[in-house]
This record gives sequence, C-alpha cells and structure tokens, in this order.
Amino acid sequence: MTAALEINDLSVYFGDHHDLFQAVKSASFTVEKGASFGLVGESGSGKSTILKALTGLAPQWEGHMSVAGRELDRKRDRTFYKTVQMVFQDPYASLHPRQSVDQVLTETLQLHGFSDINSRIERLLQDVGLGPAFRFRYPHQLSGGQRQRVAIARALASEPQILLLDEPTSALDVSVQAEILNLLSDLRAEHGLTYVMVSHDLAVVAHMCDQAAVMRNGEIVEIISIEDMRAGRTKHGYTSQLLQASVNRVA
Amino acid sequence: MSTLLDVKNLWVKFPTRNGIFDAVRGVSFSLGKERLGIVGESGSGKSMTGRAILQLIRKPGMIEADHISLHGQNLLDLPERQMRAVRGKQISMVMQDPKFSLNPVMTIGDQIIEAYRLHSRASKAEARAKALEMLEAVSIREPERVMKAYPHEMSGGMGQRIMIAMMLIPNPEILIADEPTSALDVSVQGQVLSIMDKLVKDRGMGLIFISHDLNLVSQFCDRVLIMYAGRVVEVCDADKLHQAQHPYTQGLLGSLPQFDAPRKRLEVLNRDPAWRDAPSVETGT
Ligand SMILES: Nc1ncnc2c1ncn2[C@@H]1O[C@H](COP(=O)(O)OP(=O)(O)OP(=O)(O)O)[C@@H](O)[C@H]1O
Ligand SMILES: Nc1ncnc2c1ncn2[C@@H]1O[C@H](COP(=O)(O)OP(=O)(O)OP(=O)(O)O)[C@@H](O)[C@H]1O
Ligand SMILES: [Mg+2]
Ligand SMILES: [Mg+2]
Repeated sequence: MTAALEINDLSVYFGDHHDLFQAVKSASFTVEKGASFGLVGESGSGKSTILKALTGLAPQWEGHMSVAGRELDRKRDRTFYKTVQMVFQDPYASLHPRQSVDQVLTETLQLHGFSDINSRIERLLQDVGLGPAFRFRYPHQLSGGQRQRVAIARALASEPQILLLDEPTSALDVSVQAEILNLLSDLRAEHGLTYVMVSHDLAVVAHMCDQAAVMRNGEIVEIISIEDMRAGRTKHGYTSQLLQASVNRVA
Repeated sequence: MSTLLDVKNLWVKFPTRNGIFDAVRGVSFSLGKERLGIVGESGSGKSMTGRAILQLIRKPGMIEADHISLHGQNLLDLPERQMRAVRGKQISMVMQDPKFSLNPVMTIGDQIIEAYRLHSRASKAEARAKALEMLEAVSIREPERVMKAYPHEMSGGMGQRIMIAMMLIPNPEILIADEPTSALDVSVQGQVLSIMDKLVKDRGMGLIFISHDLNLVSQFCDRVLIMYAGRVVEVCDADKLHQAQHPYTQGLLGSLPQFDAPRKRLEVLNRDPAWRDAPSVETGT
C-alpha cells in the first residue's frame, strides 16, 4: 500500500539569502491512507509551515514530499486540490470579506465540477452545524467559531481524500467542537479519508489521531503513538514536559 | 470587593434582512479586581459583550444598556473623544482575531515601540529595550527577529502573544481578553496566564477572560459567567464549574474529549428551545 502522505527530510525557509530563516529543519513523517496524524508542539515551531509547504504556500523548501505516491514539485495543479484540502488556523484571513457564505461554497463547488450545488450547500451547512439562516451572511456578520465552520465546510466541499487541519476546532466552543470532531470521524470511517491535524489540545489529538509528531523550534523531536502518549511513554524530554503541562495547565 | 465595572441590561442588536437580530439580550454583571471568565456556545454573544463595553460594535449594530459604568461613570454618556481615551488607557481589549488588530504594513517592533511611547515619555532606545523585554516576557523565541518582522510572518500563537504584550503597555485597569490563548501550546499558555494573573494580584487589574476552554477557565478564573443565546444563564465560582446546574453547562462539560479516558464518540448537546427564553441571571460581585 502506498502511503497517503510522505514527507522526507523537509526543510522550509522564509526570507531571502541575506536574511534567511529556517522554519522547518529536516522533518520526516509518513501517514498511511486512512490514518489520522497529529502535529503538536511549541507555538512557532513550524507546524503550520509544514502544512503550508504541502499546499504550495511556502515555496522555499527542500527535501521530498509525496501525496498518494506522487512526488510533489514546485507547482500544485487542480487535481492536487481535488485530493488535498486545508483548513487554515486563521479563519479571518482565509475567508474573503466581500463573499457571502453562499458565494464561497458555490464557487468552490463549481470549481470542482459539481452540479447539484443548492442541495450540497444545504447539506454542508447542516454538517457543520450552521442553520440555513447563515447562508447569505458575510464573514463580518459571523462569530469566530461560525467563520471557522464555514472554512471547514469549504474544505469538505470538494470531497478531498486528504484533509490538512490546522487547529480546526480551537476557535470553537466544546459543544460545537464535539459535533465537528464526530463529523470528521464519521467522514474518515465512511470514505477512508486521511487527516493531518495540528492542535495544541492533546485531548483532541488523542481523540482523533493514531500517531503524532511533537515539534519544537523547527524540529520534530519525536513521533509517538497515541497509546504511548497516554501511557506517558515518551522518548524526548520536551514531550514529557508538554504532557506534564497539559495535565496541570495553570502553573 | 470594590467594583470597577458595572454592566446593567446590555443589549446588542443587528438589523438584518429578517428583522432585528439580538446578539446580546439583557446581560448584567459587575467586575471587581478579579478574573472573571465568560464561557458559552459559539455565537452566544461573548465577543459582542466585550466589544460593547468599549463601544466597538460596527455599524449598523446598536448598543443599548441601562448603564455600563466604569467607577460609577456611565461610559454610554461619554462623547467618542473621551471614549477613545478610555480605550487607550483604562480598558484594553485583546481581540479574538489578533492579526487583524495589528497594522499589516508596519513591523512588530515599530508597533510596540509606538504604542509604548504613546504612553510614556521614553526615548526611542528605552522603548526598544522595553519592547524586547515584553516579547521575552511572552516567551517569544528570537525577539530580535520578531521585532523586524511583519504580522503575516508570525505564527498563530505568536500573533496572540504580541497582542497581549501590546495591550498590557498602557497598564490598563481592566483587560478584556477574547480567546487570548486559544492558539498557544500549553506551556506557553501557562506563562501568558501567569503574566495576567500577576497583574490582577499585584496591580489590582480587573480581567474579563473570554474562552471556550472550560478546564482552563475553571482553573484560572475566580468567577464564571455562562452565556447562551445572548444571555447569561448561569454564574458560578470557577472552581465549582464542574458542579454547574444548568443543563447547558452540564452538556458542555460532557462534550469534552478526555486525554486519559478515550471514547469512540463525543457527546453532543441536545439544545432545548426553552434555554433561549429563560431570563438572564443577575450577578453581583
Ligand atoms: N511568511 C513568513 N515569513 C517569515 N517567517 C515566517 C512566515 N511564516 C511563518 N514564519 C516563521 O516560521 C516559524 C514557524 O511558524 P508556524 O506558523 O509554522 O508555527 P506554528 O508551529 O504553526 O505555531 P502556532 O502554534 O503558534 O500556530 C515562526 O517563527 C514564524 O515566525
Ligand atoms: N454584523 C452582524 N450582523 C448580524 N449578526 C451578527 C453580526 N455580528 C455578529 N453577529 C451575530 O451575533 C452573535 C454573537 O456573536 P459573538 O461574536 O459575540 O459570538 P461569540 O460568543 O463570541 O462566539 P465565538 O465563540 O464563535 O467567537 C452571533 O450569532 C453572530 O452571528
Ligand atoms: Mg500555526
Ligand atoms: Mg467570539
């Protein structure tokens, strides 16, 4: 079986040669088809950057990345975005301020060649727990969590095989989070989807994933199974520190 | 406890194509020198409550209240010019969308230095040193690099920490923090919380801490307001949040994934329409 996603010795840079900053340092991991892989770790450690490199938004990278056995080069084509979709950490930046929810979803569905657009929009909104009243709203008329749900609906619209989820529920209250996580679990079970999920909430990662990479300062310090994480069987000091901190949150 | 802020019967209304939408429906509470948490469902009016205190509701939205009093002065009576001074000096707010509140075409360093010099007569060099110190205080690695960077070059959690650093500059009496730590890993989160905690304890700042993270709020805050559909449905001591009575609050607690107790599916809330109609709870300090 080919892996859904393979990243090998990936380094990602920002800036120019006078002032180059290495945000990701030789990261490697593999995600099997149908698996769910977590990325956790320090704020600013390069988690979002890995997802951006995959989707072509961080062009200065070296190493190897492949999706469904196909090695990625510099450009991403339409088929790539049909296979891979991303939910961004920052729903404010990822929704166009002058596009209503209806327009965003219609455009995405048309782009991917669907025809039964009306019923698909209704279904998508229902799936993410937004009633029909939200369909004609603009981003500024939505709360933080409502925008995030629109972003998730947009990512689901093209029925991708691989979903890259950057803090998909950190802007959501726990009841909506539960609905979205259940929806993601169902979709994965029904369609064999593959997820890479960034979250700082270890309980969410443990609930959703089978394995996780722990990052600090641009490096993956450890790849750990959720079973080992739960049992506290860590190999790297930073992982134990992270586990500790999440147990007694407020120092 | 002495009251810093008293909010009475606050409404936030938005005209929409289907008539008026009431985002906040008669919320009353007061804030002392304490850490007051606000939790509640997405869309329940938490951010609008915070923004309304500072009169930062975009048109055509409307704010109505019996009063929003800061030390007995009704903020609703103040002209916009004086309100701006309140916003700058007495009450700061960390917005839920940090990168949106930063100037996209100005370096982080210049923004912090400018904000600092607006509030103190420090020289440029002093302000720069102070800015670096503040970035370090919020656990930013490589503060020198960050000073030269632009907002879009920051990670989600870095943006949040920069906003917190900026909002603390004027040494406000009240800080309204809207989901200030949602993008932070747990250890950095702990550091940021202890900064806020110190300000409450040492300087007597009042903190309104909006969050959907129930465990965090129950550990960090003194009191918690629980909002539902624009109303406050329950108020409790933060450490008793886990014994909350309201079915909505209990439902929220039930839908949390637990790190050490895995389960296949998460419980979801069955929302009872009657919750919308129950009157707002009144609260004192
Ligand atoms: N466009 C950019 N230009 C320059 N530096 C960048 C850019 N985007 C990210 N960086 C830097 O790369 C590093 C990693 O950022 P990244 O967004 O991947 O962190 P993260 O692990 O997702 O953190 P968080 O949990 O806070 O979101 C940070 O130091 C950040 O400043
Ligand atoms: N301009 C607007 N027009 C109409 N409705 C609006 C407008 N702005 C906000 N709302 C609605 O007001 C309600 C309260 O929004 P608010 O941002 O206070 O929610 P919140 O409790 O902060 O939610 P979240 O946890 O998702 O951030 C939401 O249902 C939102 O859709
Ligand atoms: Mg990130
Ligand atoms: Mg909000």
